[in-house]
Amino acid sequence: MRRARTWLPGLLLVSPSIILIGVFVYGMIGWNFQLALSDKHKPIQDGAFVGLANFIDLWSEPRWTNAVGNAIVFTVVFVGGALVLGWLLGLLLDKGIKGEAALRTIYLAPMAVSFIATGLVWRWLMNPAPAERATGLNALFANLGLDSLVNDWWTSPDFGMAAMGLPAIWQLSGYIMALFLAGFRGVPEDLREAARVDGCSEWQVYWKVVIPQLRPVLLSAVIILGHMSLKVFDLIIAVAGKQIITDVPAIFMFDMVFEVRDPAKGATIASYMLLAVAAVVIPYLIWTIRKERSEGR
Amino acid sequence: MATRTSVPGPAPRAVAAGRYAQAVRFTVLLVIAVVFLLPMYMLLVTGFKPFSEATADQAWLLPQTWTVDNWITVWGELSPALWNSVRVVVPSSIISAVLGSLNGYVLAKWRFPYADLVFTLFLFGMFIPYQAVMIPLQQMLVSANLMGGVFPLVLAHVVYGIPICTLIFRNFYAAIPDGIVEAGRVDGAGILRTYAWIILPVSAPAFAVTLIWQFTSAWNDFLFAVFLTGPSSWPVTVQLNNIAGSGSAAVPYNEQMAGALLASLPTLVIYLLLGRYFMRGLMAGALKG
Repeated sequence: MRRARTWLPGLLLVSPSIILIGVFVYGMIGWNFQLALSDKHKPIQDGAFVGLANFIDLWSEPRWTNAVGNAIVFTVVFVGGALVLGWLLGLLLDKGIKGEAALRTIYLAPMAVSFIATGLVWRWLMNPAPAERATGLNALFANLGLDSLVNDWWTSPDFGMAAMGLPAIWQLSGYIMALFLAGFRGVPEDLREAARVDGCSEWQVYWKVVIPQLRPVLLSAVIILGHMSLKVFDLIIAVAGKQIITDVPAIFMFDMVFEVRDPAKGATIASYMLLAVAAVVIPYLIWTIRKERSEGR
Repeated sequence: MATRTSVPGPAPRAVAAGRYAQAVRFTVLLVIAVVFLLPMYMLLVTGFKPFSEATADQAWLLPQTWTVDNWITVWGELSPALWNSVRVVVPSSIISAVLGSLNGYVLAKWRFPYADLVFTLFLFGMFIPYQAVMIPLQQMLVSANLMGGVFPLVLAHVVYGIPICTLIFRNFYAAIPDGIVEAGRVDGAGILRTYAWIILPVSAPAFAVTLIWQFTSAWNDFLFAVFLTGPSSWPVTVQLNNIAGSGSAAVPYNEQMAGALLASLPTLVIYLLLGRYFMRGLMAGALKG
């Protein structure tokens, strides 16, 4: 190990951030867990340690299982949809095309806007009113003679959460496009050329050479979309407000803190959210750092 | 991508097929672009309509009479909140960028034992659901008597912005040859002098990326804002959501759309003018992909 004189100044310079992250990330997470393990079900009460009781009790509540189910449906639709659309856009743009810069600007623009603002627009677009009272997409479909597409959007008990995935797909698929496009263009031309010389068609070059190289990009995209999806909040507030039909853990937690005023339950829900995110992110972080180190950085 | 000259040119039939494929690709991309623009179109035309035209049967039509009245109305409702957003976003972006720059410098060039572990622990902070820190953070600020005003929000955006800022600067500084920093060390320059004379002067692009990224994400934040601010310090996202109410039929949509556009103008303008830097912030969020 090098002498302390060579590394101590660096540690000192980072120490303010280490303290801030230590207190506000790890300290607060610990505090939140402690709250979740207590029976502090009213803000003014002192909580006593009750172990995992809150974590177990939550599963007997219909609202919780409903919220978890909704989050799963939303995640499948949103992550799946944004991945497929983003990948398709990246693939179509890869070889370059007239107006590429303008197209990319359009696909990425939704990323720059808040979920609250886009949520308001989509609330108007996904207005469930039928036929002549229809606004937004229902009116558009009716005008185009596509009456079979007119539907209840997010107010449908069956497909509500799937419809809620649409604005999220709209907002994030440009980002996924950018990731895949960078990935596609990062595949060395030599590799493609070698495959062509071996007699592969362009299509085979993609399937056999380019796409296998994109696994790390795909993994990043899944992690980013997945962790966003598990904590979706603003979009739902803006489109639906707090409706049971589109309830998710983040909304449930918000209600427990501000309406019901049950800190222990709010903290329990937050803890489950953290555990879900940690389960996907921690292996990914370890894998990334290890890979980086093995590449000699 | 240009065809290589060393490879024999494709047969005429393949060229025709290539053109056909290109036309198909272009058409598909264009159709998707039109679909992507629909919400933008709706936002824009509805925002310029008088209330009498913001109805179901005219939803997709251009305004018959263009009006800026909605803009004037929502400006009255949103301007204090817009100002609050500025007061939160500007200092928090600057402070988190400065901290990120120092951290990135040390983690790339002046490493200490367990630097990788510290970096990994920082990065995890980028992904945590903020719900998991929200109740304690609020309780702490209340008991320390720091609630009220924009301070809680500035604090939150600084602290939870450190991970991404550190990541961006660390990756940026990793590309600077170690030799330059080593040479400074050999000449007896300390950590701060090396930073000020060698690292800082070349840091402008990384500062551009982090400042734009932090500005955008803090401007668009809603969760911290609803937990940590009161009516006098609501930023624009919260005020916008309040104006819109929760889905009653009588809400004047034309004003909502004007409000949504007004609240989004700063980030949209930044994206359109400085999209390159915005993009690099996005890509940094994906680690090294």
